Amino acid sequence: MQHLFRLFVQRLALGLLTLFAVSLVIFLSIELLPGDVAQQVLGQSATPENLAAFRRELGLDQPAYTRYLSWFGGFLQGDLGHSLISGLPIKELIAERMYNTFFLAGFAALIAVPLAVVLGVVAALYRDTTLDKTINVVALTAISVPEFFVGYILVWLFAVELGLFPSIANLSEDASLGDRIYRTFLPAMTLTLIVTAHMMRMTRASLINLLALPYLEMARLKGASQRRLIVIHALPNAIAPIVTVIAINLAYLIVGVVIVEVVFVYPGMGQLLVDSVAKRDFTVVQTACLLFAATYILFNLASDLISIASNPRLLHRK
Amino acid sequence: MNAFLYELRRAPLSAKFGCTVVLFYIAVAIFAPVLAPFGESEVVGYEYQAWSTENWLGTDSLGRDMATRMIYGARNTIGIALVTTIIAFAAGSAAGFFAAVMQGWVDQALSRAVDVVISIPTLIFALLLLTIFGASVTSLVGVIALIYATFVYRIARAVAMGIVVMDYVEAAQVRGEGLWWIMRKEILPNAAPPLVAEFGLRFCFVFLTISGLSFLGLGIQPPAADWGSMVRENASLITFGDLTPLIPAAAIGLLTVAVNFIVDWMLHKASGLKT
Amino acid sequence: MTQDTTPLLMMQNLQIEGLSEDRWTPIVKGVDVTLGKGEVLGLIGESGAGKSTIGLGAMGYVRDGCRFSGGTVHFDGIELTTADRETRRNLRSTRIAYVAQSAAASFNPAFKLIDQHTEFPVRRGLMSRKEARQDAISLYRQLQLPNPEEIGFRYPHQVSGGQLQRAMTAMAMACRPDLIIFDEPTTALDVTTQIEVLSAIREIVDQFGTSAIYITHDLAVVAQMADRITVLRHGSEVESADTASMLNAPQEDYTKSLWAVRSFTSAKKAAVSEGQTPVVSLKTITATYPGMGKPVLDDVSIDFHAGRTVAVVGESGSGKSTTARSLMGLLPPVSGGIELGGAPLAPDFRKRSKAELQSVQMIYQMADTALNPKQRIRDIIGRPMTYYRGLKGRQLTEEIRALLHSIELEPDQYINRLPSELSGGQKQRIGIARTLAAAPKLVICDEVTSALDQLVAEGILRLLDKLQRDHDLAYMFITHDISTVRAIADEVVVMQQGQIVEQGPKDQIFAPPFAPYTGLLLSSVPEMDPTWLDRVLCDREAKRA
Repeated sequence: MQHLFRLFVQRLALGLLTLFAVSLVIFLSIELLPGDVAQQVLGQSATPENLAAFRRELGLDQPAYTRYLSWFGGFLQGDLGHSLISGLPIKELIAERMYNTFFLAGFAALIAVPLAVVLGVVAALYRDTTLDKTINVVALTAISVPEFFVGYILVWLFAVELGLFPSIANLSEDASLGDRIYRTFLPAMTLTLIVTAHMMRMTRASLINLLALPYLEMARLKGASQRRLIVIHALPNAIAPIVTVIAINLAYLIVGVVIVEVVFVYPGMGQLLVDSVAKRDFTVVQTACLLFAATYILFNLASDLISIASNPRLLHRK
Repeated sequence: MNAFLYELRRAPLSAKFGCTVVLFYIAVAIFAPVLAPFGESEVVGYEYQAWSTENWLGTDSLGRDMATRMIYGARNTIGIALVTTIIAFAAGSAAGFFAAVMQGWVDQALSRAVDVVISIPTLIFALLLLTIFGASVTSLVGVIALIYATFVYRIARAVAMGIVVMDYVEAAQVRGEGLWWIMRKEILPNAAPPLVAEFGLRFCFVFLTISGLSFLGLGIQPPAADWGSMVRENASLITFGDLTPLIPAAAIGLLTVAVNFIVDWMLHKASGLKT
Repeated sequence: MTQDTTPLLMMQNLQIEGLSEDRWTPIVKGVDVTLGKGEVLGLIGESGAGKSTIGLGAMGYVRDGCRFSGGTVHFDGIELTTADRETRRNLRSTRIAYVAQSAAASFNPAFKLIDQHTEFPVRRGLMSRKEARQDAISLYRQLQLPNPEEIGFRYPHQVSGGQLQRAMTAMAMACRPDLIIFDEPTTALDVTTQIEVLSAIREIVDQFGTSAIYITHDLAVVAQMADRITVLRHGSEVESADTASMLNAPQEDYTKSLWAVRSFTSAKKAAVSEGQTPVVSLKTITATYPGMGKPVLDDVSIDFHAGRTVAVVGESGSGKSTTARSLMGLLPPVSGGIELGGAPLAPDFRKRSKAELQSVQMIYQMADTALNPKQRIRDIIGRPMTYYRGLKGRQLTEEIRALLHSIELEPDQYINRLPSELSGGQKQRIGIARTLAAAPKLVICDEVTSALDQLVAEGILRLLDKLQRDHDLAYMFITHDISTVRAIADEVVVMQQGQIVEQGPKDQIFAPPFAPYTGLLLSSVPEMDPTWLDRVLCDREAKRA
């Protein structure tokens, strides 16, 4: 148990280290900017006095490491800085949108994860049958088309033709949960379709890899039925691979969210990020990227920890 | 070549379909100026004209011929994605092989650096870098190639690791062969088959990422015709029940499906030969 | 050996096909097997003979990508190839059980041994969970597992290979089946462990009167275990007879060739003259793997002389291959020295000169991984000639052809082939040719014959012997196979746990009185005599008393 605890702590430390390294990469990328931020924002016609004043205001006259420390230090304490363009505190800009994005992603994940795991297990169980082949062709098609294609097709079908759901997912701040679900339905379905397809394919592949192992042949030779083989003998060993698959896809969800939000004009983080990139609002882009990356790192960390905890070789040492 | 044609004849229907589609796209991309009825960004009429014998797929938001833009779009979208994938593969596999052969701190340093880049979601990192370098074709190709090179690095390193432990590589090392020989003569020929299948898969991802960025207005810039931005420019038609703006999106999907079919077939063949 | 008149298992004209490259090709081509109650049948053959496929077929099971394509399998009156899944499944564990080659891979890593043991006795309602556990413990005890009360409560990765193999035999016995299929149960084990597992299996099969099919490629092993032996080749039966007559009077040429154990012995060579400098000399070398405290090699000294063979023997983990890796400079020793012709040699191969690297060459065990599958024979053999000796153009081709001649492969036919277009024995010949192409002084042969079938292995030994005489080569011959050592060695080095326990001329090491470990090693090597196992066990019992 002590050994396990040490492994846990090691992974946590590694996660923090990664977050630190990522923050450094993001910060240094902005430093790569030709000229500097003040020049970029104020343009070529800015007077030297204006530039100097702007730099002082943003602390750009400080050396890079001081600025990095105050930025990342602030981030860790919850102080996200100010937008370069509007001057508003980033925290204010983000809070509501962050909630919206997590709501959308969570909505999609809640449907996609169980659905994908079940479909993956079913496809593996009935490998090479018509059912398996059908699921596979549908999944392959779903991952092959761009997210915006799936989004617009759903808009056309459910909003334009059938008139069941709104085509634009605008939310008022005090919307009820029911209203929220109604308005978020189409974007959530778009994400679900794509993520389920990815996740189901990976689940199936990792189960089939597992089924080729000698100890599962042994279980068959001991007379285990197909269902018992999968549920009792294979699944306990499949936790780690399946959790890894889920983590990869939850992370994928975050990326998918950006495009889906733009399709549905959904007031989330992705929309904000895209707008800020277009406006070249560096501080907002920088912070939003770090937030996305932090979420991503968190998912991977969680999947690592679960994998460790489900590995009998690590749980029961010699 | 003959061997390939022989294999293809025995291939499943899906792989034949895939090859046909890919060949068709390549032909369209190469002969775009011959096939297109109008110039790439030539305004030929009013905005949003319906399908007609003159403008097969109607006109777009600026009155340009949709069919023409589709044809030129094949050239731009596929061409840029292909160049990007090739750069990503060249850089990624060279670094991956290098790490596998050198082992030790070289491998550690490269691998940890790649870990950090990979722990930033692809599209997010692309957006960040495009903010900095601006949205031009060169920076688009550079940025996406850099990001995907990290994925290729991981795969190439894993494949090469499997080869480096082979006795023939050890034999070459103790013979006194240099790094370049080992990478080129011992590893590359054996790593090529799995990497070719991977190339197909990665091309799909690159293609989808670039289309996504173009859709967001941050990829291939107007007036160049491109399938991702075509969807964005004309999307408002969909709310009127007209699906023409989705034709470029469907074209993207069709190519990706086709490439995936071919890759599946190749992987199936590779795994079938092992048993 | 009391036998009922009706056979328990009857396979008639059994045919099984496998899917390869989208085509069904026969693996088993019409084999008949009859097995009486309480009888043990040995299935023997070289790799690719279809032994395992037949063994699994006896359970009504074919692997994915295989199918029954003809014939019948009658088990106690039930036809298994046409029986429905349910029927076949219900026979398994209760009436037919299976013991796999690799117990380590065949136990589920997620469950304790005893839970895997009791799964089916309990599910089939034969015993309560408690009874099944008690029974498991008593079976563990009968199979002489240490701590029978506790060992079952461990996970597979916490138990050693030999013990796992016995636990798997216990598991097969759990429902007291009528038939057990043993699929090479001792192949992955060292000889000293093998003997324990063999005696445990035989005892328990005898005690319960279980019928068994014992599959192996090792004649001496099958002679101990089986009442009757069937010899297979390329998916067909060669001949079948009871063990005694099969051993004493084999009928078919193929069987006879298998039985002709190591007819080859290298001619005795003159002793090394006093004061002659060894080609290579290891002087008290000690080596450790990075991050491991205990040395893997401890104080190892060996001299290698031109024209002579030093055989290094030992079980897995004894350090015999590590010695070779240290010599090659792949695992530089932390203390002690290596000398080449009396001059010191850098410990790390990266610091050695081209001429030094050229002097020591190695032949690998697995020719499959030792030859680059993408290079043609011309390039594989030609490269060392170009690299070390600067040969080019026509001269290079001439040398390659001459070398192919000397390894008995027709140059015109083979020079442009890829390794995949060669048989196992031919690949190993190319491996030998590649080392000779460098014109070395010392050749390290690392288990070069252990992956090969008997006849082919013998051809390789003869070739190595011939080449040694032609080129006055020093050989370091690493092997776990004592009969190979007897055939080819001049000097013998016996290793155990990284140390040399005994070294000297072959005649001295292999003649009594034996050093304790050498004695154990020698007596554990199975012999063709069916009474060998009883004799050894008796001897050991007597010594212990």
